[in-house]
Amino acid sequence: MLIHTENLSKIYGVGDQVVHALDSVSIDIDSGDFVAIVGASGSGKSTFMNMIGCLDQPSSGRYFLAGEDVASLDPDSLADIRNRRIGFVFQQFNLLNRTSAIENTALPLLYARSGPLAGLSKEERLEHAKKRLEQVGLGDRLDNMPNQLSGGQQQRVAIARALVNDPDLILADEPTGALDSKTTAEVMDLFTELNNQGMTVIVVTHEPDVAAYAKRTVTFKDGKVISIKINHA
Amino acid sequence: MKIEIATNLAIAFQALKVNKLRSSLTMLGIIIGVAAVITMIAVGGGAQARVKAQISSLGSNLMIIIPGSLLQSGVRLGTGNAQTLTEDDANAILREIPEVAYAAPISRGGGQIISSSNNWGTTIYGVNPDFFEAREWPLASGRMFEYAEIAGAGKVVILGQTVANQLFGSEDPIDQQVRIKGVPFTVIGITEKKGQSMQGQDQDDGVFVPLSTGRRRIFGEAMGRIARVGSVAVKVQDGNDMKITEQKIAELLRQRHRTQIGAEDDFTIRNLTEILEAQEAASKVMSALLAAVASVSLLVGGIGIMNIMLVSVTERTREIGLRMAIGAKGRDILEQFLVEAMTLATLGGLIGILLGFLASELIAILAGWAIQLSLVSIILAVGFSAAIGIFFGFYPAKKAAMMQPIQALRYE
Repeated sequence: MLIHTENLSKIYGVGDQVVHALDSVSIDIDSGDFVAIVGASGSGKSTFMNMIGCLDQPSSGRYFLAGEDVASLDPDSLADIRNRRIGFVFQQFNLLNRTSAIENTALPLLYARSGPLAGLSKEERLEHAKKRLEQVGLGDRLDNMPNQLSGGQQQRVAIARALVNDPDLILADEPTGALDSKTTAEVMDLFTELNNQGMTVIVVTHEPDVAAYAKRTVTFKDGKVISIKINHA
Repeated sequence: MKIEIATNLAIAFQALKVNKLRSSLTMLGIIIGVAAVITMIAVGGGAQARVKAQISSLGSNLMIIIPGSLLQSGVRLGTGNAQTLTEDDANAILREIPEVAYAAPISRGGGQIISSSNNWGTTIYGVNPDFFEAREWPLASGRMFEYAEIAGAGKVVILGQTVANQLFGSEDPIDQQVRIKGVPFTVIGITEKKGQSMQGQDQDDGVFVPLSTGRRRIFGEAMGRIARVGSVAVKVQDGNDMKITEQKIAELLRQRHRTQIGAEDDFTIRNLTEILEAQEAASKVMSALLAAVASVSLLVGGIGIMNIMLVSVTERTREIGLRMAIGAKGRDILEQFLVEAMTLATLGGLIGILLGFLASELIAILAGWAIQLSLVSIILAVGFSAAIGIFFGFYPAKKAAMMQPIQALRYE
């Protein structure tokens, strides 16, 4: 079991009003799964993704990532977990400006402090980054700056960056939100391919077309999971 | 494990390169500040060094007594016109005031000195060997007046360096003959080079004859029993209060001159060392002031860095969020921005030192002021600019490090 949550809750207090952004979510995701998380805005899917991604801590409940109880870790330990286990892909790509594709891709290796990828030399880091860029089909764009790449290419650089630390799972938050339908298909095909190679992929989206690429669709509403559906390819 | 400094430096340089214009404008504040501090300290140090050199050329603990203003039917003639100071006064001062180490009477006049091939108009001093002790002015070559020459108005002369050069050039003047006011003299010594006086006079442009010689053979005045002198140089022994000694001398002279109570002194005591020390103190205050003003510009430069770093942190909120999401800890972010601020400050500091050097040299050449570049001021400026980087960079860096990754990532 890669992800296991028990009654995971997140409560925001706004004055007297208390908002249950996440309400007792218990879910299991196996290694090698491809899960789409859907729901209207405010349904709790983004909060859930922040929890899963160790970017935020729950108000109550437990969360095991690869068997490790991470719900109660301090911020520094969470940073290490994020670096080692999770590859993030964002809607806005979040590439560093005026920084080449290969250097953007190598960035997470800079913060690797444990595991086999810790303490690499700059050459070794760039070598790893190059491999990942080749894996996403950008082997000929290593030295391009983000503004010299199309949106689809930029998102593929971001995916290469997510892969560079050999994570346990890829967490993509609306990865196609800024892309047209053609590049959306390209990016989702890439995720499918990665999943076929054994990578666990979790995609948060509000587009049914995108969710259809996944093996399972988890639907959120009012902070709760209301359905888990197995997609038939 | 920590990210190595080299990596942090690389990240910082990268970030500064991305905003070249902004980085260089920010640095300009520090550059001007450091350059100003170095230049001002150099100028101030130069002024102080000049005064110090004058003090050491004058000799320490020195007073000059000159005859005071003479009242002639209500008209006060300037100092030096009176003829009230005598050789006996000088002897009495030395004898009766224990704090006095030397009291050297001096008589003075102008005259032409003629050697076999040249002539030169200069000042002729009638002095005794004590004079050279009081002024801490040793001979460069030759010998001092002997007792017989002092007592018997010997026709011997000691030349100042300037006079020696004018009359004899590269020749050795010792034992040569010169004529002063038609009287032949033998050159027996040459004084060491003394340089300019406080008033900018060349102190080496003068010759010295025994006091008695001056009176009897050159100045040709007051052959009577009272041996009047133009001034008395008094050197006070180390460790004594100049002010108190000055009062004692004044008291003694008033007694000797039978000055009525309430009447004005008929002499003036100039405490030269004190005057110079006051000048030195003034130049110290001046250079401290200059440095303080320059420091203000350094401070403004530091605030400029803080300003830009704050803008930079806000502008790069998403970058910070991303770095945190992929594993950067608060400390990494703090270091990244701190290194960036310090790079700005230190780079600016180094350029500022260079500029400060150039500016100081330029001032020395164009304005002709003495400057003194000191290692201390350079170390101070570098240390100060690095400290400014840390101090003014810390708040923005802390602000960046305290960000929550989710909020930072959502920042528009």
